[in-house]
Amino acid sequence: MKSKKLLAMAASVAFTLPVLAQSNLTVVNFGGANGVAQQRAYIEPFERANNTRITVVAYNGEMARIKAMVEARRVTWDVVEVEGPDLSRGCDEGLFEKLDWSKIGNKADFIPEAVHDCGVGTFVWSTVMAFNADRLQTAPTSWADFWDVQRFPGKRGMRKGARYNLEFALMADGVKPADVYRVLATREGADRAFRKLSELKPHIQWWAAGAQPPQFLVAGDVVMTTVFNGRIAAAQREGHNLKINWVGSIYDLDFWVIPRGSRNKEAAHRFIAFASTPEAQANFSRQIAYAPTNVHALRLLDDRVLAELPTAPANAREALQFNINFWADQGEALERRFASWAAQ
Amino acid sequence: MTSSTFTPINTADLSRQLGRAQRRKQLRALALISPLLIFLLVFFMVPLGSLLTRAVENPEVANVLPLTGKALADWDRTSAPPDQAFGALLQDLGSIESSSQAGILARRLNSEVPGARSLVMGTYRALPLGEPSSAAEARAALVEHDERWEELPYWQAIAKNSQRWTPDYLLASIDLRRDATGKVMAVEPEQAAFRAILLRTFEISLVVTVVALLMAYPLAYWLSTLPQRKANLMLILVLLPFWTSVLVRIASWTVLLQNNGLVNSFLMWLGATDAPIPLLFNRVGVVIAMVHILLPFMILPLYSVMKTVPANYMRAAVSLGSSPLHAFCKVYLPQTYAGVAAGSLLVFITSIGYYVTPALLGGPADQMLSYYVAYFTNVEVNWGMAAALGSVLLVATLVLYSLYRKVTRSELSLG
Repeated sequence: MKSKKLLAMAASVAFTLPVLAQSNLTVVNFGGANGVAQQRAYIEPFERANNTRITVVAYNGEMARIKAMVEARRVTWDVVEVEGPDLSRGCDEGLFEKLDWSKIGNKADFIPEAVHDCGVGTFVWSTVMAFNADRLQTAPTSWADFWDVQRFPGKRGMRKGARYNLEFALMADGVKPADVYRVLATREGADRAFRKLSELKPHIQWWAAGAQPPQFLVAGDVVMTTVFNGRIAAAQREGHNLKINWVGSIYDLDFWVIPRGSRNKEAAHRFIAFASTPEAQANFSRQIAYAPTNVHALRLLDDRVLAELPTAPANAREALQFNINFWADQGEALERRFASWAAQ
Repeated sequence: MTSSTFTPINTADLSRQLGRAQRRKQLRALALISPLLIFLLVFFMVPLGSLLTRAVENPEVANVLPLTGKALADWDRTSAPPDQAFGALLQDLGSIESSSQAGILARRLNSEVPGARSLVMGTYRALPLGEPSSAAEARAALVEHDERWEELPYWQAIAKNSQRWTPDYLLASIDLRRDATGKVMAVEPEQAAFRAILLRTFEISLVVTVVALLMAYPLAYWLSTLPQRKANLMLILVLLPFWTSVLVRIASWTVLLQNNGLVNSFLMWLGATDAPIPLLFNRVGVVIAMVHILLPFMILPLYSVMKTVPANYMRAAVSLGSSPLHAFCKVYLPQTYAGVAAGSLLVFITSIGYYVTPALLGGPADQMLSYYVAYFTNVEVNWGMAAALGSVLLVATLVLYSLYRKVTRSELSLG
């Protein structure tokens, strides 16, 4: 009996040893075109420089996975890319480690929105309106045009969910970008947004994954769509005549976090520090049209790249910043109302 | 040993021996099925039990705000809350050990009253608010920090959730809610969804079952008339898609069904239609793909039953003067009822839990209940709500199954 136990122990040690010897890091991102850009700009250079093997996992932003890992104290993810509302909620609920900023860099080097107790902003992205210029003679210039099915007949693509769509609906109804969240916070404002969405409902084709809307546009399933700006830039490079309308776009940040209880906290900090350097971020922005959060990275980019970024002055002039705090408070109620509205 | 000698048989002894042998046999049988029994217990009953408890468990507020709950116990929930409640709240918040507990409290209250998250977290971060010494001072301090503490809904939410167990998740999953005083009522029409979704789940499953049955019956009949070798080959063809990943099959349906896909191009080439018919992101696409995926579950039970029906019976009926159709309805069909029942039940119950297919091929009005279970689990991280929806689905399925047994008067046999 005893010898059996010993044998089992020896076997388990033998199996775990190679894993221990090789410092391994698991980085989780949203995959797709964005994942490819990260692979080239962050993952591969970091592996070469540190002789570390990185396992990349793609996910869809499900906080449930992280919550389950943290609760079971079996955290296998070391660095995770999360969206703004999940950062503040997860940080409040103790899902993420508090970061040691001394290991990451100087807070002053980052745009203010990128600095958080639990996370470092990694890029600025935007949800924009895009259209297929081969199929539309006149370009739509506002959300009111997006709603105008007389002048622009055809289907519209929108992301399935309340986020962004309620803001777009209010802007289409004549609310100024600066007033959108003030209006949406009231009961009448939410009613107004849903009423406006109902107008367009028969013409909406919903999408769930970021890769879908450019496909819809190219295939001719929709004439206009809401879409992440980086996906359109990628499709343009493939030779498709897709155009972005930046008026009334909503920009937001994605962040790096470390799930609480990660066994590779040191290496995770090193990775985040590396991915936050101006050089690495500039390299990332050259791969996909998302803007760096490290202000020094902008100087390393040429004008052609800069003009495509959500933070370019011409693009950001009439844009709206996504309000994390509003959605952290109202998100659950509005999403539930959206689910009920969409199901009717 | 004893039986070989000619001693008179002691009946009492014999019956004891027989009894022992019988018990040994039973024990051996039990030992044989014990792996399965333990497996079922560990991997089926325990998760099911935890699902059902999660649906009524409500520890978040009770754990973190025990004193506040006590102070609010006698409150009528319509007038302003007593001063003691404000004092107790400050005391409770002050004795929170890790900030993650505050976050969990904030999430729970926010799902009840939108805005409670920022109220609770803001107050928690601003502690100790000048360390007030009396309950009245605590009230003043809290209201001064955030005047929302004067609003009743937040306090009503705390009072309502101070119990460790709650019917709220289950009520919400059938579009009911408790108001501030605990009276059960319907939710506002704009928030109501789940009854319609449950109904839709059964509707889609029923349509899929009927279509699958109509397609599988002739095929299974044809298979059962083929010689064994050919039948086996055909069965492999039936099973081939069964071995392909569901996602791959869904992706190929997307290619086939989209506006400029094969099906629409073919229809337009035929001249059957001028503009492409929308087949994707609506009910049609969902039903087509689900029928395709579930067809083998219908064909196999039907085939196995039809194999046992002797062809002579039909011939006998026809030779005795019955028309072929009449003979089929009176003689053949009743003998395949067992296969029809087993196949239909199998397909129907499997469809009820479908999630990936409607999520990828359907529009928002084609999502089934499991989609919302996944939504609350993954996106909202509201596991109480997910468990409640799961329980509703479980109960509804059990009710339907018992109805089915009443109607068909048969045990489920998948043989």
